[in-house]
Amino acid sequence: MIEIKGVCKSFNNLEVLKGISLTINDGEIYGIIGQSGAGKSTLLRCINGLEDYQDGEILIDNVLVSNKDSKVLRNLQKQMGMIFQDFNLLTRLNVYENVELPMKFWGINTKSEEAKKKINELISLVGLDDKKNARPSELSGGQQQRVAIARALVLDPKILLCDEATSALDPSITKEILTLLQEINKKLGITIVVVTHQMEVVKQICQRVSFLKDGQVLAEGKPEDLFVHPIKEVKTFLQDESTLLPEAGINIQLFFTDKTSEPVLTKMARELNVDFSIVWAKLEDFRSNIYGSLVINFEAKNKEDVIKYLEKENVLWEEL
Amino acid sequence: MANILLKASLETLYMVFFASLFSIIIGIIPAIILTLSAPDGLKPNKPLYEILSFLINVFRSFPFVILMVVIIPLTRALAGKSIGTTAAIVPLTVSAIPFIARIFETSLRETNAGIIEAAKSFGANNLQILFRVYFKESIPRMLNGIVLLIINLLGYSAMAGTLGGGGIGDIAIRYGYQKYSTPYLIVCSLILIIFVQFVQSLGNYIVKKMS
Repeated sequence: MIEIKGVCKSFNNLEVLKGISLTINDGEIYGIIGQSGAGKSTLLRCINGLEDYQDGEILIDNVLVSNKDSKVLRNLQKQMGMIFQDFNLLTRLNVYENVELPMKFWGINTKSEEAKKKINELISLVGLDDKKNARPSELSGGQQQRVAIARALVLDPKILLCDEATSALDPSITKEILTLLQEINKKLGITIVVVTHQMEVVKQICQRVSFLKDGQVLAEGKPEDLFVHPIKEVKTFLQDESTLLPEAGINIQLFFTDKTSEPVLTKMARELNVDFSIVWAKLEDFRSNIYGSLVINFEAKNKEDVIKYLEKENVLWEEL
Repeated sequence: MANILLKASLETLYMVFFASLFSIIIGIIPAIILTLSAPDGLKPNKPLYEILSFLINVFRSFPFVILMVVIIPLTRALAGKSIGTTAAIVPLTVSAIPFIARIFETSLRETNAGIIEAAKSFGANNLQILFRVYFKESIPRMLNGIVLLIINLLGYSAMAGTLGGGGIGDIAIRYGYQKYSTPYLIVCSLILIIFVQFVQSLGNYIVKKMS
């Protein structure tokens, strides 16, 4: 379990993290999302001990992450694999040697059958069996990130930290990498922490997510709760298209979760005998569950009835 | 003529080889210190970095001919005499140390910071990062630097030659210039050109193999 309690960090006089608190459970895929400059990468680097923080504490299974005791920190770092936006592979080592490298840092005999087996298994896990001897320069971005993932797993970590791991990849490759991360999470039971500015990453794999802005957690929860019915700041981040609305009449946005299976709209139209038009609608896919929202427009005189009906039917709504 | 030139060529090779070897061995130490203590290094230390950097600049700004004279006492202490082919290795080495130190420093510091960070994130200690990451990643750049060093030393060895060091440069001056022997001048120049071309091609080949 990763516990972050009131963590503050500043560079010179610039406050980057202003009292961040959050808890990441074992086996979870947790997202930290926000615009660049929100402090999310800094937070991740603090978790790994690459960066020190001035106030608060970060605990990994009750062990404090701190630069004060380098031995304790090294042992914590062994439990946390990390992957990066630019992959950061050694250019003069081939795929096998790159995956092998963290073992060498830990004095593990890489010539032993056990170590060789482990490295080869990880290379197969990420699907690069036929590229073992290739240099990073001969690989595509997605393949390089796969090598980085294998490298991050070679010390049997409990946690995998992903720092904008898919930001340099195109959408279809991003999807492949995310599927791989999900597979690793399921197969090996590793906790995955994903820092990203890409909505699709959070939507596809995160079970819980924090929204960071200016070094603070503005919202935390399931992605579907955070983003289907977003608070104002999150909406700005999402750049919702709901700004283009008819000026006449009332605009109401309805939110549907996968539990909403009733044909609410047509039923409402029939029961209340109200005409309305659909302004826009969208469906979103969160970890393969469909969530949606819909904006309807109707005459002002029907407002009370419509709202009453929606309340009765337990539909989440918001007037725009 | 052939005998004279052969002997001189061997002298040049002898001077350049040992001066290169010693300056690489000695120069790598300040290069490592500079890399570690640089603002973006593993152990940033501004005063240390600035002082060492300044000293290297001072030694680099000495013209070779003057340096050679200034360090005569050192040459005598190390080589037992102040003139001769072996003695010439001392000023050649001294002049090459700051040069190669700077080149190695630049090569090492060009290592991608992200790779260093990745190594840190896996719990690598500073010594491991220095050898398994910095050096490993920088070898082709360092080899290019060594090629530059050797070619520079070939030029300097010609100067050292005129002050009693022998070698091709000495022959070119004594026979070619002072005795007005154009053939000597041309052949000596040709030999130097061939040396330079050979070192450069060999260097390029090795760098290509290594990177």
